Amino acid sequence: MEYLIIIIGAIFVNNIVLVQFLGICPFLGVSTKISTATGMSAAVMFVMTLATIVTYLAQTLILDPLHIEFMRTVTFILVIAALVQMVELIMKKVSPPLYQALGVFLPLITTNCAIMGVAILVIKKDFGLAESVVFAIATAIGFAIALIVFAGIREKLDLLDVPEAMKGAPIALITAGLLSLAFMGFSGMV
Amino acid sequence: MADKKKMESTFFNMVIVLTAIALVSSLALGFTYINTKDAIAAVQLKKTLDGIKEVLPEFDNNPYESKYNVEGFEGVEFYPAKVGEDYIGTAVKTFAKGFTEDVIIMVGFDKDGKIVNTSVIQHKETPGLGSKMSTPKFKDQFMGKLPSLENGIKVTKDKGEIDAISAATISSRAFCEAVTRGYKGLIKGGKK
Amino acid sequence: MKIGKEFYRGFIKENPVFVLLLGMCPTLGVTGTAVNGLGMGLATTAVLIGSNMVISLLKNLIPEKVRIPVFIVVIASFVTIIELTMAAYLPDLNDQLGLFIPLIVVNCIILGRAEAFASKNGVGASILDGVVMGLGFAFALTLLGSVREILGFGSIFGIKFVAEEASTMLLFILPPGAFISLGILTAAINKLSMKKG
Repeated sequence: MEYLIIIIGAIFVNNIVLVQFLGICPFLGVSTKISTATGMSAAVMFVMTLATIVTYLAQTLILDPLHIEFMRTVTFILVIAALVQMVELIMKKVSPPLYQALGVFLPLITTNCAIMGVAILVIKKDFGLAESVVFAIATAIGFAIALIVFAGIREKLDLLDVPEAMKGAPIALITAGLLSLAFMGFSGMV
Repeated sequence: MADKKKMESTFFNMVIVLTAIALVSSLALGFTYINTKDAIAAVQLKKTLDGIKEVLPEFDNNPYESKYNVEGFEGVEFYPAKVGEDYIGTAVKTFAKGFTEDVIIMVGFDKDGKIVNTSVIQHKETPGLGSKMSTPKFKDQFMGKLPSLENGIKVTKDKGEIDAISAATISSRAFCEAVTRGYKGLIKGGKK
Repeated sequence: MKIGKEFYRGFIKENPVFVLLLGMCPTLGVTGTAVNGLGMGLATTAVLIGSNMVISLLKNLIPEKVRIPVFIVVIASFVTIIELTMAAYLPDLNDQLGLFIPLIVVNCIILGRAEAFASKNGVGASILDGVVMGLGFAFALTLLGSVREILGFGSIFGIKFVAEEASTMLLFILPPGAFISLGILTAAINKLSMKKG
């Protein structure tokens, strides 16, 4: 039951992009086609889950025992950057097809604040390891839903006659606003 | 414009530079931490003390030092206040699940268990709706009320006596639930 | 006059938010009020000036291949310094901005300026670049925060100009309002720059 609340909460109620405003850069940047949006979502899910596990362990095994919680920001960003590099190298070696599919998105992920945001959130919420993993996966699913739905709308939007000044970012932002409004309907659910 | 050539990317250079940077950075942060540690602790303490002062009549002890917890009420904190040797009431820091996240409030009970005042410490409720819980119109309703032992305190919709904030029943319920939890904890722990 | 031109560049022509669409997360996340927008903008400016300065000083000592990790450590250190300082001396603002303070570290503007400017230019120019770009960011956040606060709360910098009981357009304080206000603001700026040239 507790896990169900975490899952529904992370996917719909507190959607990482549309309600919490994390990971907006990829949300606006790679949402012009559904296929790239799907690739990005998969890469984010992979890295987010892995990064949450590693940063959680760094927090509980290194920072907490040494009482140097103030080093959290530095530690987490380094761990995440190193992790993304490693994933990239390993993927290239072990599974070239997977690398073909996801490789181009990996460098963008280091500066994706959703990854770092989730890593910090699970610490602030006092989650255990299992809860953290569930939370990370659910958050990534929420990210994927928002991104893919948004990409679908933007594909259609391309065909429309939009006023010159509204083309590009402005209309995308307003569309995102309407999508976010739709997600407001979930608030208060859990 | 750079006359000097950049440091070459040999293995040795990379290790030295990264180590040096990490060392300098840790030193700088350690230094900042030591210098801000006391100020941060003082700010936290002041916040709690201000909350206690807001919900209780004047006292002259330091309730923060005599803080206690009650079994079965994890996350709820009790701060007994005294004038000289006389117990005048307890400030209770309590919480309940609100519309989005936990609503954390401070409730002051006098020595008979009547509510003196309440104060919202932290909430993430919808701005303009649930956030109205910190306006006098809502929270002043609690002043002077004595919660019942079985039912605590409730909104009118639940046959209670508190008028809920319009369009924010969940937030209002959370507030009442937090007060009830604090009161039950206070009774169970025995007023000290 | 050069300084005036630099400021024009940071505030309008290359404004990190309205034109380059960088640093979107804090832009949308903390601009419920003008004060929060300004606070976030200034915190980011402080980090940007610090990191630009240190990186331009160190530029000849950093081997090419490890430059990104070095930049990240420098930036993260400044972020932590700001974080601790704010927790100690501006606790209320720090509570309001919450998660977005440590997340300054992943703000693309800062790494972007380190890579594109500070690692190639002298100290003076890099500091000026940090000031200009940082204030341009702060300006955008304050503007967006003001618009949302005026529409959503009927107040500006916390000073209410409508009756206490008046119903305001709450939508603009809620998440959808952030997207919509920014969309309309960028459209307005597009329109202005199209007229100009």
